[in-house]
Amino acid sequence: MTEQVFIQCAVGGPVRVYVKDGVITRIRPLVLDDKEDAPSWTINARGRRFSPPRKTTLQTFTVTERQRIYENRIKYPMKRKHFDPNGERHPELRGKDEFVRISWDEALDIVASEIKRIREEYGQAAITAMTSSHHNWGFLHYKMGPMARFYNILGYSQCLDNPDSWEGWHWGTSHVWGHWWRLGFAEQSELLQDALKHTEQIVYWSVDPNSTSYMYSGQENLIWRVWMKELGIKFIVIDPYCNCTASTMGDKWIAPRPGTDAALAEAIAYVWFQEDTYDHFFVENRTYGFDEWKKIILGEEDGQPRTPQWASEITGIPAHTIIALAREWASKKTMLAAGSIFGATGACRTAYGTEWPRLCIYLMSMQGFGKPGVNFWGGSGGAAPIDYRFKFPGYSDNGWDAMGLVAEKCYFPDGNPVTQKTYRILLPEIVMNPPVKWTGEGFCGNNIEQQFREFTCPEEGPNGAPIKMIHRHGGSFISTMTETNRWVRMYQHPNLEFVVMQDCHWQSETMFGDIILPASTNFEHTDISEWGSAGGYGKNDMNGNHRIIIYQQKCIEPLWESKPDYEIYRLLAARLGIEDKYTEGNSMEDWERKVFEYSDLPKYTTFEEFKKKGYFVVPAMPEDEEPRVSFRWFYEGRPNDLYSEVLNPNHGTDRAHLLATPSGKVEFVSQTLQKYAPEDDERLPTARYIPSWEGHATKELTEKFPLQMISPHPRFSYHTHYDNKSYWLDDIPQHRVKKDGYAYWPVRIHPIDAEERGIKEGDLVKLYNDRATVICIAHVTERIRPGTVHSYEAAAKYDPLEPGKPGSPDRGGLVNMLTPSRTLSKRVPGEANNSCLVEIAKWQE
Amino acid sequence: MSKKYGIVIDVAKCTGCYACFLACKDENCGEAHPGYTEAQPMTGQYWLNITEVERGTFPKVKISHIPKLCNHCDNPGCMQMAENGAVYKRDDGIVIIDPEKAVGQKQIVNTCPYRVIFWNEEKQLPQKCDLCAHFLDQGFEKPRCVEMCPTGALVFGDLNDPNSEISKLVAEKKPYPLRPEFELGDNVLYLNVPKKFITGTVIYKDTDQCAKDVKVTLKGNGVEQSLETDVFGDFWFEGLESKTDYTVEIEAEGYKKVCLQARTMKDVDLGEIFLEK
Repeated sequence: MTEQVFIQCAVGGPVRVYVKDGVITRIRPLVLDDKEDAPSWTINARGRRFSPPRKTTLQTFTVTERQRIYENRIKYPMKRKHFDPNGERHPELRGKDEFVRISWDEALDIVASEIKRIREEYGQAAITAMTSSHHNWGFLHYKMGPMARFYNILGYSQCLDNPDSWEGWHWGTSHVWGHWWRLGFAEQSELLQDALKHTEQIVYWSVDPNSTSYMYSGQENLIWRVWMKELGIKFIVIDPYCNCTASTMGDKWIAPRPGTDAALAEAIAYVWFQEDTYDHFFVENRTYGFDEWKKIILGEEDGQPRTPQWASEITGIPAHTIIALAREWASKKTMLAAGSIFGATGACRTAYGTEWPRLCIYLMSMQGFGKPGVNFWGGSGGAAPIDYRFKFPGYSDNGWDAMGLVAEKCYFPDGNPVTQKTYRILLPEIVMNPPVKWTGEGFCGNNIEQQFREFTCPEEGPNGAPIKMIHRHGGSFISTMTETNRWVRMYQHPNLEFVVMQDCHWQSETMFGDIILPASTNFEHTDISEWGSAGGYGKNDMNGNHRIIIYQQKCIEPLWESKPDYEIYRLLAARLGIEDKYTEGNSMEDWERKVFEYSDLPKYTTFEEFKKKGYFVVPAMPEDEEPRVSFRWFYEGRPNDLYSEVLNPNHGTDRAHLLATPSGKVEFVSQTLQKYAPEDDERLPTARYIPSWEGHATKELTEKFPLQMISPHPRFSYHTHYDNKSYWLDDIPQHRVKKDGYAYWPVRIHPIDAEERGIKEGDLVKLYNDRATVICIAHVTERIRPGTVHSYEAAAKYDPLEPGKPGSPDRGGLVNMLTPSRTLSKRVPGEANNSCLVEIAKWQE
Repeated sequence: MSKKYGIVIDVAKCTGCYACFLACKDENCGEAHPGYTEAQPMTGQYWLNITEVERGTFPKVKISHIPKLCNHCDNPGCMQMAENGAVYKRDDGIVIIDPEKAVGQKQIVNTCPYRVIFWNEEKQLPQKCDLCAHFLDQGFEKPRCVEMCPTGALVFGDLNDPNSEISKLVAEKKPYPLRPEFELGDNVLYLNVPKKFITGTVIYKDTDQCAKDVKVTLKGNGVEQSLETDVFGDFWFEGLESKTDYTVEIEAEGYKKVCLQARTMKDVDLGEIFLEK
């Protein structure tokens, strides 16, 4: 029995993989070598020296890779039993049909011939394709890799992503501080030093870093929050749920009704105006339109002053608590942990979710963000003194053609000949009820005008085509989008002639495919990547303690008949006559070598050494380098000096000391909204609380469905990628709870609401509204605000009682079947998962 | 002197991420370590388990996570009840259930008051944590659970070496067994295991403002302690004995003194307490 050890990188961190006789036996963190690997940084603050652990701290689910890699895999190419590409297709049987095993040749021949047929019959725009996020880590094989290159060469209707995790920041705050190149988020640089030295308090508002703030960086920044607690820095957490940060690290938990956060923000400002506890220098010199907002807050615009008493009625928080919060915030050096990386989810995924994020920036402007200890940061990303100057590409650095970065010809943005687009959250309507119109280009990272672009699918004119084929690479959307019985109906609709599902695992959507192609995981092929590096819009948003570049070694052979995604698309490309363009004659190792040579790695090592060792630790910033802190330049009126801000359009220009708004300042009256959306009465130039279209005050709905449901991102799965594969997770009661041998998805309900309904701990319950019924297991807990229930999104087990029947009660826990498909507001095409009313009752079979 | 391995677990540093819990499964589920342990079944056994304790009532709630594993006791009950030496203690203190000799000895399971020994029905075998002895014997420094912890809540080392990190921690912070009354000579010791709290929020009735910096005195169990309310008017007395009667006195100048009784059957939130002139 021989044991080998390989280096790999998962979405949750770099690992050492132990293999015996071709089978993975152990997943360990990467323990750094004190002699060979670069030393870690040290921060001196408040009489202590802080230095990170000399190991990679893994995201919890990454520890289950040994199980995930082998469980619930798609083993062979499959064809749906009643799908006959030359005869009856029976789309109505998708989701309930059986599958038959076929050969790779047969599967690829069918896919290639269907692509040819649909292109000839309807035009190349009739095909759309999309990947899931966060599946196989790697620069070359990640979501911007093989699928994107293949389809950009072939021509297809690109499916635009909505910024699903941080909608309101994207569509809202880009109009307050520019930052569209960061999709609305704050810049993040050197904030750990700043916080350890200066910060007295952090307000975590609708964020839960202990659950989700790591992005791809394992649990690297958890130790920072531990240090801050040791230094006595106070954590105030605002969330309807006593989340995993609040419950273990919080000093104060404040629980507003879902969807009312904007009212709370307005009342905080009211107190600051009344007590004159704000930064006059900042608002006079760094903002635009402040007095207009002041009028709203003081009631001079509509006669309603935004008093704590007014906000108390709306939010359900006592007025004296709001006043105390406002005073505490103004009297201490406070970081706001919202809008930071990755301070997403929650209050920005609601009806009118653009308003609260904009108000967050207004509030922090009143407190002069950028001065020492006062900033947008939550003890998560963009913070450690790591060296951003070292060049290595992130997976989205080159847009939708990762390989194009080092190829002779790049196929993005100019490769795809098709201009028609589809839009992810509207895909069911686009397939079933065309034409569909919407405003906004999804990820609007190139300029602010993208947010106002008008789309129609099918596109008008000769190049438009109805969508007839979906090539789905990964299958999570039935769990992560809204009102997702729409996906069931879409897949069964006769308009949809052909569906390809390509994935490593049987995801919830896989069963809706006509042809299923088994892909291998990144543990079964090689790749080259930097840990945690998204690149592109999130350029340099590394959340870790060390920059580690990984040569992802192949640990085992592809399992069963699976193949790497790159190889699957190569085989399809060969059948369609575009293989030469796709590969340019490169082997996978050729691509890896080109990326190596593109980077700064050759200054330190050779490709062969790097490949053999498997990783390289980038030396940290020198200790004598003066920290370049986010927004310090802006506060002080200096040119932006951050190493991380390479995409900032003002960088290196005579506007470098300004924000990228028309005025160059924080805009309380948005000039981009005045210019591009003057008629939009749901996203006015100045943000304000707007009662939800589905919330505590929508009486006609609350009579039937009195409970507000929030569904944040889960702690123990990365979207759908670990649940229902890593069965060890089912023994973690926060993740799933077993009853009579079945692992149910928990819903959290307060004892008062439970008692009214006769529900006890561990009862099976149905959550229902007019859109769906989902069966969950009740966890009766004091951690949730009465009148509100909590269940994580992204359960990966669609298990309707009647297979394939839209609306059939699902006992897998896909709570997004219940959430509304209505978008944030008329001209804001985002998902509002947290504006959802339900009723709960004991489940009786 | 021979080694004596142990772990100190600081509950205050545990955020409930379950990385230790899963590291144990990664190491042992379906993987036998001949001479040390038989494979742990893929589900149903928890050689390291985590107890989640929810404390308080809305909106004053805290969660503690208490990892529990074999304590590798100095006086292991399991060893005494085992026949033909099926449970033995190594020179380094690690207690091992011999996966061959222990077959059929179900009585071993019930000897442990901490309930950290599991019965493998298929193999007819009692099973538990071996402190990763098989891993340490290959030269690795720490058991898998300790290595995986992101916050350093679990500290492993030689309790007989006064210079080890764990010995320094023991000397400085005085960790204790989870259940000292069992008198087993535990070598897994704990810090900051939650006791009971009494909390409340003090409000001035006339102004409806949170009462900040107000003196609150707790009396009971033979001790008296005072603290001042924070900006939210909140006070928290932590570390209280359970099932004990306490008196809470609140005094603010110009307001009537308030006296409240509380019995710590569980954690107590006295709610909003209004001070009257």
